[in-house]
Amino acid sequence: MKILVCISVVPDTTTKITFTDNDTQFNKTGVQFIINPYDELSLTRALEITEANGGSVTVITVGEADTEPVIRKALAMGAGDAIRIDAQPKDGMYVAAQIAEQAKIGGYDFILTGRESIDYNGGQVQGLIAEMLNWPLINVVMKLDAEGNTIKATRDIDGGRESLSVDLPVVISAQKDLCEPRIPNMRGIMMARSKPLNVVVASDKNDYTSIASYELPPAKSGVKMIDAENAEELIDILHNTEKLF
Amino acid sequence: MTEAEINSLKESGKGKDTYNQPDFYNIDDLLSDEHKMVRDSVRSYVKRELSPIIEECAQQNYFPSHIVKQLGEVGCFGPQIPAEYGGGGLDYISYGLAMQELERCDSGIRSTASVQGSLVMYPIHKFGSEEQKRKFLPKLGSGEMLGCFGLTEPDHGSNPNGMTTHFTEDGDSIILNGAKMWISNAPEADVAIVWAKNPDGIVQGVIVERGMEGFTTPTTHGKWSLRASITGELVFDNVRIPKSNILPKVTGLKGPLTCLNSARYGISWGALGAAMDCYESARKYASERHQFGRPIGGFQLQQKKLAEMLTEITKAQLVCWRLGNLMNNGKATPAQISMAKRNNVEIAMNIAREARQMHGGMGITGEYPIMRHMMNLESVVTYEGTHDIHLLILGMEITGENAFT
Repeated sequence: MKILVCISVVPDTTTKITFTDNDTQFNKTGVQFIINPYDELSLTRALEITEANGGSVTVITVGEADTEPVIRKALAMGAGDAIRIDAQPKDGMYVAAQIAEQAKIGGYDFILTGRESIDYNGGQVQGLIAEMLNWPLINVVMKLDAEGNTIKATRDIDGGRESLSVDLPVVISAQKDLCEPRIPNMRGIMMARSKPLNVVVASDKNDYTSIASYELPPAKSGVKMIDAENAEELIDILHNTEKLF
Repeated sequence: MTEAEINSLKESGKGKDTYNQPDFYNIDDLLSDEHKMVRDSVRSYVKRELSPIIEECAQQNYFPSHIVKQLGEVGCFGPQIPAEYGGGGLDYISYGLAMQELERCDSGIRSTASVQGSLVMYPIHKFGSEEQKRKFLPKLGSGEMLGCFGLTEPDHGSNPNGMTTHFTEDGDSIILNGAKMWISNAPEADVAIVWAKNPDGIVQGVIVERGMEGFTTPTTHGKWSLRASITGELVFDNVRIPKSNILPKVTGLKGPLTCLNSARYGISWGALGAAMDCYESARKYASERHQFGRPIGGFQLQQKKLAEMLTEITKAQLVCWRLGNLMNNGKATPAQISMAKRNNVEIAMNIAREARQMHGGMGITGEYPIMRHMMNLESVVTYEGTHDIHLLILGMEITGENAFT
């Protein structure tokens, strides 16, 4: 089993978001970057599966050189090697096309992604990769096991769960609860120094969309406390000021 | 505490620890990406496994022995020991950062790791035979074995050379007699590095193993400090030990003192961790607690406290970083380490006390970590060379005059 885990490098969840260039660029200054938490789950589960059943785990990202400390963390967690496609990730189509091409070159038979990246929340890459490779996709999986070449996955559906079975090759995207993300240990951190991080030149692929502008959500207006005795005032505000009914 | 209690605490405490260290002088710029990864790893581990349970452990005077294996898995035991012997193969700054993150949680947890890494693995690695290294280090590194270090005796604390624990020789064995006191990890330790006088009166290190006849480890009860770690005595009543358990590469007090240097170095980082936790707690409390219609952080006396805390923390951070580089280059002197240990523990105690006052009545409860840190630091200022002894080490360094005796 040759697993390729797609890693997106995203701002830490506590980042204060600002924009530059007339609100068309995300301001990276002073921002701490991390492995996309859903990708961390898929990587952890990939490592657990190969540790139990044999196989290899390679991580791949589309990103510039500043993503390398985050890729090293993926190696410290236990991935055997890494591929960095040297380009700024544009839209989902662009990223998927780059990864699909490397997946073919490397002869992988199992691709894991997160359900979405927590920065742009596109959730497209896994579906696009599957389509480009003509592989099946099981999306948003919260339980995952491998038996030989058969993958068993469980996902939440409306009002219940479904369990699926599929033979390799396949693309799977991870949802929370898949596993507890692995914390890199000291030895892993030391070993990550000498693991291969291969930088490949990006292919000439189209990006079909471009960012016109960003805007922040409106500032929260705060909380107005109304005395519990004073229900009439509350109803008045909801009815007359907020016009909710 | 039962496993169910621990799991329930972990579940209810999930995500509540939002600690991030103050970094007023951008000292992170002086750290490598690898250093920051080490810190993040230990911090993530602490937040997930330790923060939710630590207060209850301390309140109940309970040593969470299940964490020994976890600390081994994360690599908190001897991160600076080469990987081929079960360590992490990292540098001294990584070691310091790991100790800082652990003590940010609790000095008792850091003590368990310091003892294992600096006082058990380090002497075996530095002074042990190849066979001893292969036999003990990987298991100590992984947390499969827990170790302790016996130097202090009931009647000999600051004056270790007066020790009375001794051994005689009998064929391929030695016979060990005596007692050691205030020994972290002792009651649960599988091995003890014991410093004892040989028949010529010269101090040597001996690896004493659990199960050897005549070797017992009674628990020290009634501690108001380091309540989440376990402390005890080591009692040797005609313990027969193979000569192959003697550490072959060192004689004299240089042996234990070299180990203490490594441990004191870790404490200088660790105590700063406790200080930063107190500061962060006080800073947040000052913005949340309102009196006279506004946050107490808006009042000058509270601001003075916070400003002074941050100043001392920043100075201590620089001391740690510089000392770490000296350690990495093999250039740190015992007196330099004494200065860092002494200063950082002192500022941590002062910051804990000021932070306690800023929290008002809440500061004395287990809702906040302050009082626990404060009580823990009373041990930290005493062990591994008391506050006063470190002054004398510095005094001797400055003047060339020995004021110890």
